[in-house]
Amino acid sequence: MAYSEIVMDHFKNPRNVGEIPDADGVGEVGNPVCGDMMNVYIKVRDNVIEDVKFKTFGCGAAIAVSSMITTLAKGKTLEEAMKITNKDVAEALGGLPKNKLHCSNLGADALHAAIKNYLDRKAGKIPDLAKDREEHIKGGGAEGCYCPYCHKEALEEAPFCLFCGAEIPHEHDH
Amino acid sequence: MGLIYLDHLSGTPLHPRVKEAMIDCIQNVFGNPVSDHQVGQRAAALLEKARAQVAALINADPSEIVFESCGTESVNHAIKGVAIGLREKGRRIITTNIEHKSVLNSLRTLRLLDYQVTSLDVDQYGLVDPAQVEKAITPDTILVSVMLANNEIGTIEPVADIARICKKHKVIFHTDAVDAVGVIPVDVQELGVDLLSLAANQFYGPPGVGALYIRKGTPVWPLLDGGAQENKRRAGTENLFGIVGMGVAAEVAQEEMPERLPRITRLRDKLRDGLKARIPDIIINGHPTRCLPHLLSVSIKYIEGESLMLMLDEEGIEVATRSACASGSLRASHVLIATGLDFATAQGTLLFSLGRDTTEAEIDRVLEVMPPIVQTLREMSPLYKKAQ
Repeated sequence: MAYSEIVMDHFKNPRNVGEIPDADGVGEVGNPVCGDMMNVYIKVRDNVIEDVKFKTFGCGAAIAVSSMITTLAKGKTLEEAMKITNKDVAEALGGLPKNKLHCSNLGADALHAAIKNYLDRKAGKIPDLAKDREEHIKGGGAEGCYCPYCHKEALEEAPFCLFCGAEIPHEHDH
Repeated sequence: MGLIYLDHLSGTPLHPRVKEAMIDCIQNVFGNPVSDHQVGQRAAALLEKARAQVAALINADPSEIVFESCGTESVNHAIKGVAIGLREKGRRIITTNIEHKSVLNSLRTLRLLDYQVTSLDVDQYGLVDPAQVEKAITPDTILVSVMLANNEIGTIEPVADIARICKKHKVIFHTDAVDAVGVIPVDVQELGVDLLSLAANQFYGPPGVGALYIRKGTPVWPLLDGGAQENKRRAGTENLFGIVGMGVAAEVAQEEMPERLPRITRLRDKLRDGLKARIPDIIINGHPTRCLPHLLSVSIKYIEGESLMLMLDEEGIEVATRSACASGSLRASHVLIATGLDFATAQGTLLFSLGRDTTEAEIDRVLEVMPPIVQTLREMSPLYKKAQ
């Protein structure tokens, strides 16, 4: 693992850390079971992201991605911000190690979730953040891991099925 | 203050006396120990000297020591060697849920070859219950493999008790003692084990050399097939430079252990108690007393281990993380999960391992630097907010 200088800079001096108590939109993605969890808060005025802040539980790459995505989004219109992709974040960071690319997905996803949350609120839909949060913390894999070959239950961390010995591709393992 | 290296489990620096012996060997010795001429016999003499030194460290007979290329090879040799050696007798192997990957993945391979594996649970401290081992032994059980000391939480297993049970049931017993040998006293006669794996780079010897203790008469098939080296138990030209280094390292470990053990234990305890006093919501992993003296595993709630490790690295403090994030997979440590930690907490784990050069000033520095870093990361964490 080797992080680029830009990644290390954003990790060590993260921009826009914190929350916005009266945020217009909140995006929460990931869960601690998988190792990363990211919250993005936005303040919107005249269709422009006037302020954006984040809170992240995660590795160095996840923190750098959070810092970068908020930097990229600040001052952009909602349409422009929706177009920011995972690839843009990874590129702006000077690249990410291959096994950390999933962290950049989390960044764009969190930003887009915050924008969607803002639009939902504006349209009068009441978002059930409490319920979302519950799911995020517990993780989606409530039914647990199972071996796709012999369909026996598997331990979350087992690299192979204890019954048939096959490799188990875990859903949070990509 | 220079770099503070607290990751001795990943590898120790060479002891000055080991370095000296290896350099001397590299400069003055060549030749193959199997050759009958003078050059070969000189190499053979060094090889046998090292064998005696390693044997003395664990109270074995030199003829019971087989040199290997690392701890992992030693474990593979023990497990697969018994499986092949006793394939007609039975097909079941018993182990635990907290073994090193070399054990887990050797067994994965054997499963593909129709061997059955029983993997036992551990308690919250990572301890295996010998009674559970006895219960798990079936007529077709050929091998039990339980580590001497866990490499992630330091818990020392009741290996002597398990060995007695195995003897009673005439089942071969292997212990992965890689993280214990050279750190704490290990005596194969007292433990009563049949097979024991060790590696030089855990006690100031070079990487790339390990050994397997094979009690006389234990049926272990070779892992590497070829010539007659190592008394036909491990083919391939011996890594003489490394083996000479391992021999000296074994001798030095024995000499220095009485002085080193209490000193390192005291520093580790200081680190543990200091972190506990300074950082709220911190969990000390492993058994409070039955544990390796140089190891400390802590799980710090609400933050993730890799970011903490990187921040400490920036301050010149080198530690390991078992957050699987660092190994390319997102899985939390199977050892910590086996002891009952939840996934989020397991992700926030740091592993300190002290060494013979660790000083009190270094521990003081960690205690000074780490709490504010933890606080910074917690301020950044959405989980911390929710916990307030």
